[in-house]
Amino acid sequence: MTTVAAPVIDIQRIGFAYGDVPVLEDVSLQVKAGEFLGLVGPNAGGKSTLLKLILGLLSPQRGRLQVLGRAPKQARRHLGYVPQYPTFPRDFPIQVLDVVLMGRLGLGPFWRCALGGWRRAEREIARRTLADVEAGDLAAVPIGSLSGGQLQRVLLARALVGEPEILILDEPTANIDQRMEGEIFELLGRLNNQLTIVVVSHDIGFISSYVSRVACLNRTLVCHRTEAIDGDVIHDLYGEPVRMIGHRHRPHGHPQHG
Amino acid sequence: MAEFFAALAQHSFLQQALIAGLLASIGCGLIGPFVVVKRIPFLAGGIAHSVLAGMGAALFYGYDPLSGALVAAVISAMLIGWVRLRWHTGEDTAIGALWAIGMAVGILFISRTPGYATDLMSFLFGNILLVPTRELWFMALLDLVLLVTVALFYRPFVAIAFDDEFARLRGVPVDLFYMLLLVLVAVTVVLMIQVVGLILVIALLTLPAAVAGQWTRTLAGMMIGATAFGALLTGSGLALSYAPDLPTGPTIILLAGALYLVSATAASLLARQRAHRAVRATTSHR
Repeated sequence: MTTVAAPVIDIQRIGFAYGDVPVLEDVSLQVKAGEFLGLVGPNAGGKSTLLKLILGLLSPQRGRLQVLGRAPKQARRHLGYVPQYPTFPRDFPIQVLDVVLMGRLGLGPFWRCALGGWRRAEREIARRTLADVEAGDLAAVPIGSLSGGQLQRVLLARALVGEPEILILDEPTANIDQRMEGEIFELLGRLNNQLTIVVVSHDIGFISSYVSRVACLNRTLVCHRTEAIDGDVIHDLYGEPVRMIGHRHRPHGHPQHG
Repeated sequence: MAEFFAALAQHSFLQQALIAGLLASIGCGLIGPFVVVKRIPFLAGGIAHSVLAGMGAALFYGYDPLSGALVAAVISAMLIGWVRLRWHTGEDTAIGALWAIGMAVGILFISRTPGYATDLMSFLFGNILLVPTRELWFMALLDLVLLVTVALFYRPFVAIAFDDEFARLRGVPVDLFYMLLLVLVAVTVVLMIQVVGLILVIALLTLPAAVAGQWTRTLAGMMIGATAFGALLTGSGLALSYAPDLPTGPTIILLAGALYLVSATAASLLARQRAHRAVRATTSHR
């Protein structure tokens, strides 16, 4: 280790509360470029809140938080975000390609984001991104008629089409079946060659075989390690024994089925 | 009906009424879809009713009621937008308050103005047969404002209507465009007041767009459809009400309601039939 690259996400002792309910206490976390960080923890442990702080949708009451060396709001355009639940009405009259294109808003000067329509080149990029997430055939499909797994791929394409440096996903596989879950994580593994990924999950056993590091969050950062997670850590995190089910995956292969 | 067309060729007031209906349809087509997909009909209703304050005040102080309406509509749109952006909740209460207070203020002003009764009725329910040429130009100007603004800012408007959190993350000034959208709703309300009156505005703003939404898959398609349905409804409402001498505004609204019911029924029947066919297709493969 000769040169130490500055972390792309630098969280220093932040504290955050909704009203008088503390959600995060004294959390410090550094994410380096090229990492694939899994953020796990129990419900209401502050995972989504931490993501919102990184995205600049919330501001911490204490501590310091920098993304790509800037305040989170300034770094936003270089982040790709996949929400846990679609934050739009499913009956909105819009086709998949136009949803994906929204990920390109905010690129270039302000007037490009505001004025006129999409250029042909941008539509082409959106089409290619859809193909990258194996959803190329969905471009003209209305958003309301997608299945859960298809929707997740489209949301991923929307996050990727803006050419982000960091990809942030909040429970990307909460609403889809296990086979699809495996496929999505295989895809994220490939994307990790080009960009930094932070993914929130409640499924600690599942993601540990894909990510390069796991951070466990339950109001404070409980653990922070690369090696395999054992029962003691889970006990610390959830406060009670949790049955751990091993998931084995061959690298870049398909999950095994019984 | 034949009587109407004969009269249309003859009387310029009928031709002007028809043009007024078409001008209002453009507004209903451009902004109605946003009101429907963004689910803010109640908000639009609040703006529409609070407009009476501006019309009453304008009448009392001797100004053109329609300019008074425009000022009041824009002010109440910005008030409602400010409440929502500032406090994030309580929007509905603010809208309800503005709705009632606006009407109360308007009625007080009008009651202090001599000869108010006919004016009040035409404010509330519209009077498409009495649109002066000057007002047609005013409506055309409002249409131009709507058309240019929506054409310029189509993408950010769709983005904030679809998913404002994501739009914010992409650096779109969401609050600014939300305010602008509400101001456009206010302009559209004023555009329609002469045709159907401020009480009935909400139906003409939402029903054609909702009908179009049942048959198209894109917002742009919804805009074109809503404009066409709006023109069809105002035109046929005018024609139907002419011979029996019915008030035109309510006739247009009843037609819009009927169209909406027929369209909703047809759309759901068609969807059910399609599902049946799909199931039959899969079973016959076995």
